[in-house]
Amino acid sequence: MEYVVQQIMNALAFGAEYALLALGLAIVFSIMGLVNFAHGEIIAVGGYTMVAAAALAFKNPMIVIGAAITAAVVASVTLERVAFRPVRYADPTTGLLTAFGVSMILQNLFLLLVSPRPITVTSLFFLEWSIDLGGVRVSSLQLFEALATIVVIILLMLFLRRTLLGLAMRAASLDFEMVRLSGVRANRVFAIAFMISGLLAGIACVFIMARRGSVDPHLGFDPVLKAFVACVVGGFGSLPGAVLGGFLLGAVEVAMLVMLPQSLGGMTDAFVFGIIALLLFWRPDGLLAPRSEKGDKH
Amino acid sequence: MLRVRNLRVYHGIIEAVHGINIEVPLGKCVALLGPNGAGKTSTISAITGVVKSEGSVSFEDRNLSSLSVEDRIKAGISVSPEGRRVFANLTVEENLVLGGALKPKCRSDRIAEWFKTFPILGERRAQPAGTLSGGEQQMLAIARALMNEPKILLLDEPSLGLAPKIASQIFEMIKNLKQENITILLVEQNATQALKLSDYAYFLNNGHILAEGKPEELGGREDLMAELTGIT
Repeated sequence: MEYVVQQIMNALAFGAEYALLALGLAIVFSIMGLVNFAHGEIIAVGGYTMVAAAALAFKNPMIVIGAAITAAVVASVTLERVAFRPVRYADPTTGLLTAFGVSMILQNLFLLLVSPRPITVTSLFFLEWSIDLGGVRVSSLQLFEALATIVVIILLMLFLRRTLLGLAMRAASLDFEMVRLSGVRANRVFAIAFMISGLLAGIACVFIMARRGSVDPHLGFDPVLKAFVACVVGGFGSLPGAVLGGFLLGAVEVAMLVMLPQSLGGMTDAFVFGIIALLLFWRPDGLLAPRSEKGDKH
Repeated sequence: MLRVRNLRVYHGIIEAVHGINIEVPLGKCVALLGPNGAGKTSTISAITGVVKSEGSVSFEDRNLSSLSVEDRIKAGISVSPEGRRVFANLTVEENLVLGGALKPKCRSDRIAEWFKTFPILGERRAQPAGTLSGGEQQMLAIARALMNEPKILLLDEPSLGLAPKIASQIFEMIKNLKQENITILLVEQNATQALKLSDYAYFLNNGHILAEGKPEELGGREDLMAELTGIT
């Protein structure tokens, strides 16, 4: 029983992390058609900010967490302003290449200016202890991660449904020009999208760092790859799809870890991606792909 | 007064509009007629700034040519575009809220007003706009365009693709707008209806203004009407 609950918690925690990151990718993609591969470096910026904040002798872990999330938001908004705004209306391939370029530049900056080796951050270890849930022991960190993700998703939904900018962002995913023709500034919509994306990356960064305890220049690579896969599974551009894809990917990953014999342990990812490939064979556009008809626009 | 001077619009290397002049005085309804591909929608797009153009567009003696799309909307221009382009994934009510992005004051009162004018929209307020019929979407598109309380409304092919009965409802609606002294630039292929509504009309073909004048003058010219219908 305890084993099953723990594995379910594992799946939820993995899924929550992927869902957070996939949402960050999807929200930018849905309005500007850009797959922001520099999203992983935003996470790394958060990680290095934690190192800096801890080194500046901020004993209070809340300051360390706050600094990391703030840095991720600032980094994301800055990238939009500096790198993505000039190519906003260019061909999608241009945006993709820009994202790769930004990602490489940032990774190399971390290598050159900080260190190629992992740097340990211990400030977040306090988040990890064992909780007794009706006789079953689960990790507090996993519980926090799942809860934080649920809260974030609810807040994001409220933002998208209840605020003018939220409405504008949803409308922009179908017809950005018409949103501008309603008088909503394109710059503001893009800035908010990147701000939310950075916020999600910052929150994910806190949990990634709490689990790993160290940051290196390639910190963001693996999580963003997984988030990308989650988006593809859910249907690229669909926000509910990103969440569903994230949790599904987490579940499949944990299922493979549990079910594969020890001798195949190193091939978990191969099996996970194999299953994803089969899924895409059945639903090539992803599970919740936005419908192809785009309003009455021709 | 909206004043378009020597307007040239390019699609890539092709010039779609070859230096036209148009004036829309305040409180008047001016029709822009012409067959498919005449450059009507290009002209509208150039006025709102969504396509690049040469020449000048001024509104109330203010030159708009260097302004962004958003700033032109803020200056008091609004458009109900060709093909309606309602936000299909937003509800009817959300479409109106977003349409009134620049005028948050009393926005819900104005929405309630529209629901009184078009009870069908009120009934479907919580439905995604994509589920509305063509005529309902057109009503919504016009209502949305008026939510920012513009000084001039650009109406691009409001009757396109609608059944004749629905189209006449839309023209009835435009007539009401006219009575409220809203300035309108009406782009239409349905010349008969448009001429009935307008105070002045331009006839556009192949990117040139072929003729302009009072509706009764243009309506009597069989050569123009033949251009529209393609019957020569």
